[in-house]
Amino acid sequence: MTDILIILVKIVCALVWFLVLTLYLTWAERKESAVIQDRIGANRASILGLRLIGLFQPLADAIKMIFKEDFTPRFSRRFLHALAPFLSFFFVAVTVTAMPFGDRIRIGGRTITLQILDMDVGLLFILAMLSLGIYGILLSGWASNNRYALLGGIRGAAQLISYEVALGLSLVGLIMVFPSLRLSYIVAEQGKLLFGFLPKWGIFLQPLGFLIFFVAALAETKRVPFDMPEGESEIIGFFTEYSGLKWGMFMMTDFMEIIIISCLAATLFFGGWQVPWLGRQGFLFPWGGQWLLPSWLVTVFQVLAFNIKVIFFCWLQILIRWTYPRFRYDQLMDLGWKGLLPLSLVNIILTAILLKI
Amino acid sequence: MKQAFLDLWEILKGSLITARHFCVNMTFHTLRLFRLSKRRGAVTIQYPEVKKEIASRHRSLHRLMKREGSDRPRCVACQLCATVCPSECILVEAAEDPDPDIQKVPSRFVIDIARCCFCGFCVEACPEDAIRMDSGLVELAEYDRANLVYEMDRLLK
Repeated sequence: MTDILIILVKIVCALVWFLVLTLYLTWAERKESAVIQDRIGANRASILGLRLIGLFQPLADAIKMIFKEDFTPRFSRRFLHALAPFLSFFFVAVTVTAMPFGDRIRIGGRTITLQILDMDVGLLFILAMLSLGIYGILLSGWASNNRYALLGGIRGAAQLISYEVALGLSLVGLIMVFPSLRLSYIVAEQGKLLFGFLPKWGIFLQPLGFLIFFVAALAETKRVPFDMPEGESEIIGFFTEYSGLKWGMFMMTDFMEIIIISCLAATLFFGGWQVPWLGRQGFLFPWGGQWLLPSWLVTVFQVLAFNIKVIFFCWLQILIRWTYPRFRYDQLMDLGWKGLLPLSLVNIILTAILLKI
Repeated sequence: MKQAFLDLWEILKGSLITARHFCVNMTFHTLRLFRLSKRRGAVTIQYPEVKKEIASRHRSLHRLMKREGSDRPRCVACQLCATVCPSECILVEAAEDPDPDIQKVPSRFVIDIARCCFCGFCVEACPEDAIRMDSGLVELAEYDRANLVYEMDRLLK
């Protein structure tokens, strides 16, 4: 009974964390793009005249989206049309179950992992769910019965499938180095030290793998340098025929994907919840010093470290989205198949050779 | 191979520029929040609260000048402004003035702001300096189109 309760509490906490971060990522995106372009950004939404640099903007957006007309075109396939946004939302939302937020904690004789489900195949699970997200895009394009939406859906499917290959292969090198698909094990491995002082993070062991992973992951989020399915300037994209809350779910899915990609990048390549030199008792510096901490403070540091890393990668992705112009379709395919795929294969071979020496 | 690295460097340089803008602007936003610096982090002027100063040559809503020491318009209803107006938005109806030195005054002077293109030809044409475009009013939106037709009493204000 208590076990079920603990799981339920963990699910609620993780989902609340995920959704609040998603909501405020929309605000962060608007503000960051504004700061990059020497503007101020959304700051008018207020409660009783209290503006707080636009922090209420996501709430205003959410209210607007809920009360807008939910229009379904006469010519669409109604059931599939309604199903598609929920599919893409669901498949992104479940990935958070495998994310390790922190180390194990002990409360009242119980050991609780700060992770909803510590799966043996956590990494595979996340990749699989991200791939299944294609169904939402393809279905929305198909069910809308609109030529532009269908074009967007087809492009989305083609792009995601091509980049999935590079994404998966770029992680093979990492799996060879930390021989497990269990995310908690990969993170625990990264707590060790390299040459006695450098934290054994994935980025130091797999720099090329990280580069390929990050570019492929950017393509997975379908945002501007890789926004073929959407293509604001040519086809409106797979969600042309959506409005109101259903459109909002597609947008939320986009932002949730950014967070999941950031989580993955932090977990696999930047030590997850590991703070450099922070052990279970406290900091043990390689130059001999130490700083002992109570265990609850260690947990707080770990969760904080994870969040900071995730927010940094979200920031980086927004920066990239507001810097680069978009690819042409053939350039996109060239980069995926002729650039990233061979590079990731080279990365696997290099890793294998280096591991054998 | 070398070209590939040069290309990568160029790509990286782009994001470094945006990152620099972000960092510099964020620094000045923060410093200004704590009143440590006067420089602003953004060039935005927050319009309804803060207004940009209008340049002295700016052509805003017309106004009719009054004769010195009286409430009557300087206009002598010569029709030059109505003639030169490319949008044909000025209507002047003349009437006789009791003062023999002046002879003519406008009985009606109407400008349809909805048609006006703010070219300023009427100001250039006027021999009496009776019409100017320096009122500084630029927020001329109305809910009713009829309100955009300005009669003489509104122009004389």
